[in-house]
Amino acid sequence: MKFAFSRSALLVALAAGSLVSAAHAEEIKFGFAAPLTGPQAHYGEDMQNGLTLALEEANKKGIKVDGETATFVLESRDDQADPRTAVQVAQQLVDEEVDGVLGHFNSGTTIPASRVYNDAGLPQIAMATSPEYTDQGYDTTFRMMTSDTQQGAAVGKFIVDNLKAKKIAIIDDRTAYGQGLADEVEKAVKKAGGEVVRREYTTDKANDFTSILTNIKAAAPDAIFFGGLDAQSGPMKRQLVSLGIKAPLVSGEMTRSDTFLKLAGDAAEGTYASLAGVPLDKMAAGKDFAQRYEARFKTAPGVYAPYAYDGAWTMITAIEQAGSADPEDYLPKLAAIERKGATSEHIAYDDKGDLKEISVTIYEVKNGKWEMVETMVSEAN
Amino acid sequence: MDIFIQQLINGLTLGSVYALVALGYTMVYGIIGLINFAHGDVVMIGAMAATMIATALVGGDPTVSAFAVLAVGLLVAVPLCMAVGWTAERVAYRPLRRAPRLAALITAIGVSIILQNLAMMVWGRNYLNFPQVLEPRVFELAGARMTSLQMAIVLIAALLMGALFAVVHKTRLGTAMRATAQNREVAGLMGININTVISAAFLIGSALAAIAGMMVTTYYGVAQYTMGFLLGLKAFTAAVLGGIGNMVGAMAGGLLLGIIESLGAGYIGDLTGGFLGSHYQDVFAFVVLVAVLIFRPSGLLGERVGDRA
Repeated sequence: MKFAFSRSALLVALAAGSLVSAAHAEEIKFGFAAPLTGPQAHYGEDMQNGLTLALEEANKKGIKVDGETATFVLESRDDQADPRTAVQVAQQLVDEEVDGVLGHFNSGTTIPASRVYNDAGLPQIAMATSPEYTDQGYDTTFRMMTSDTQQGAAVGKFIVDNLKAKKIAIIDDRTAYGQGLADEVEKAVKKAGGEVVRREYTTDKANDFTSILTNIKAAAPDAIFFGGLDAQSGPMKRQLVSLGIKAPLVSGEMTRSDTFLKLAGDAAEGTYASLAGVPLDKMAAGKDFAQRYEARFKTAPGVYAPYAYDGAWTMITAIEQAGSADPEDYLPKLAAIERKGATSEHIAYDDKGDLKEISVTIYEVKNGKWEMVETMVSEAN
Repeated sequence: MDIFIQQLINGLTLGSVYALVALGYTMVYGIIGLINFAHGDVVMIGAMAATMIATALVGGDPTVSAFAVLAVGLLVAVPLCMAVGWTAERVAYRPLRRAPRLAALITAIGVSIILQNLAMMVWGRNYLNFPQVLEPRVFELAGARMTSLQMAIVLIAALLMGALFAVVHKTRLGTAMRATAQNREVAGLMGININTVISAAFLIGSALAAIAGMMVTTYYGVAQYTMGFLLGLKAFTAAVLGGIGNMVGAMAGGLLLGIIESLGAGYIGDLTGGFLGSHYQDVFAFVVLVAVLIFRPSGLLGERVGDRA
């Protein structure tokens, strides 16, 4: 009798052991990669904070996946904004057996890495805005933001129709992002009846643009569009002013940052920048998000944090709906997602993985602050 | 024509900064035969320190005068950079002075990485902006524009280079430096304290680097912990272009590189019919460098110095 009891105790112990390991299996790991060192580290940090906030909230909420309370964990990797490093860290994340990928940040890193994730069958929601990313025919690629095709078309139209510019000069930094956006703007400008009088190029490491701006000055454009980062557009705007160029500078969402305002200083006045989405302070959920973000990180959210936050919640929601963190189970749910987020009332993907709702807002620097000029929201066709 | 003049002005400003930084490379190379790859990062530390001081001063009192901001920035950045340069030499390079040259070179790269990471820890990863305390006046010259800030950069760089030239050729320290550069052992036998001379070269080079860093951050308004790498590489290129080890060569090489880059960016697109865009300006600069080195392997003004060439 005594013998039998201890045997059943052993069984109980074994069963408990397997329960523990089953509970352990509900740790859901998301891979994340972005530049966390180097000149673009501030973007990576912003994105990481947005994701961290979403995951912490999900963990606090105690989301049930397959009957067990799931713990969401972020596996962070630094891709240094470098395409080769990006492929390496992508492989590392696949080897770590992550359940989904929230990243990368840059278009140039996201595109080569997406192949690695696709081969492993891992769904990926990336900050990348370059059109190529979702044009590869993968069913695993999704976006956090409006793509450059969508945004560039809106910006090009704005330059010609609203700024009444006929002659436009375009500069890009030859990154997948900058070039992609500039190309789309060029197309849209031509379509709206504008003329591109000068196309110049720089790099994402340069801070002297006086040479190309001198050429642009000679072409006397009505407006200048720059596809690139705030680390470039800030000094560029200063140099535009000191060269006496009056044409307004228009740029993409990378420029719509506090870093740009700081770097350009007084010269920032009158700069336009587009940003995907509706301004954070225009939405109930946005204001609420900003408060929670500030409480957690003691700093105001950057441009990307809310989109990263929404991207993370979209993946978590798909997993919750599927009741499984197995990509095969939750990928269809992700593709068919319909939810309200902090950045949009209506987060859903088209069959390529682009966001269905195109929302682009144009801002202008007035009195040292980014102020909304115009919002364009439309359903993608 | 006015475009050409404008491009020359752009290039001259850029080249003045290159020349100041190139002097630091060339002095150290001339004396101990070391390519001090950490020199660009000393420039970065000067820029970051000056920016931090300026931000603090302007934050505390927005009406503070531009002169005070720059003076205090200079008083902090210059000694800090000198301390960094001196320490790097004392701790990292001196023990390796008799080691194979590659060991010292790798150490220099290591020091560069350490300085970058230290700066990242101290100042963070974000771009720092230099507050706009200067209201640059703009002058029109034959249709081209030059700001007072650009003029100041060119003038200060010229003055500093002149002063350095005088120190090296007219003072006892300069004589000792030149003697050490010619032959370290014999100079030592003549009663010159080699260690003092080498430390002096690092101190002077670092002080120039600090001033160059301040120029970069006031002119472009930006400082970040990775900024030293590319700047250092360009300045090193300038030193090689002019003939490394030769001070006048470094000055000429710096100015020349700045002008080549500026003209390259300005005209390369039109010259190649749009095949190569303006972002190929660095390629253009390096093509010129290679061309010069083919015909003058020791640089424009470099002398053939047996084992140092």
